[in-house]
Amino acid sequence: MISRRHFLLLTGVAIATPVKAQLPPNIAEIRKAALQEAIKKVIGDAQVRQGKVKVDIPPLIDNGNAVPVTVEVESPMTQADHVKAIHLFTERNPQPYVFTAHLGPRAGKARVATRARIADSGDVVAIAQMSDGSFWSESVKVIVTLSACLEEGLI
Amino acid sequence: MARVVVNVPAEAKKGEVIEIRTLAGHPMETGFRRTQLGELVPRDIIRSLVCSYNGVEVFRAELHPAMAANPLLTFTTVATESGTLEFRWSGDNGFSVTEKASIKVV
Repeated sequence: MISRRHFLLLTGVAIATPVKAQLPPNIAEIRKAALQEAIKKVIGDAQVRQGKVKVDIPPLIDNGNAVPVTVEVESPMTQADHVKAIHLFTERNPQPYVFTAHLGPRAGKARVATRARIADSGDVVAIAQMSDGSFWSESVKVIVTLSACLEEGLI
Repeated sequence: MARVVVNVPAEAKKGEVIEIRTLAGHPMETGFRRTQLGELVPRDIIRSLVCSYNGVEVFRAELHPAMAANPLLTFTTVATESGTLEFRWSGDNGFSVTEKASIKVV
């Protein structure tokens, strides 16, 4: 005779197993590598320096489906010295890309605000591409309590 | 036809930096979700937004599935002359919407 405790244990295992099977055990490294690759695609062989970029995002996110993000870059935005593009990446999403904004001297200010989906706690990285070819970035750690795209079991 | 909203100041001083807010009604289906039967829901997102000021492109954004549904984008531009700002969203499944807003520069 199977006890209730036993039965629950068995069904628990049966339910948990297929979900686990979707996830490779080294998912964290895979995601990190994907982020590095995405950044590499943007910057090429150039060096990324810390600074100039400011990412405004709540450090504790209760709903990852719509996270307000503002990226601001220090720049005079003149013809000679302006921000060409702002890239935003997340570490733990199925794909690292969030958006790429192309600006120019006519923007007046290098500031872009939007709402992103963030799947899990991790880094959010913004990279600014300047007109002189240099790259600046800031990385912010966030904690997500309710994930976006959770039902997929990809996290 | 999807609903889009743009917020551009009606009047601005010459040389002033104005803030433009845009919102497009779109589910931004990521392509990673599954139905209850386990089938993948195909990706359906807005891929780009282009803003031109009297025909000159001043802002362009490429969007990815990690943008929230009903993508909101706020950016700035310098008010140079009176005229129209044209916004064009385009995306998967032939999604394409254009919206215009006029501005008076004094």
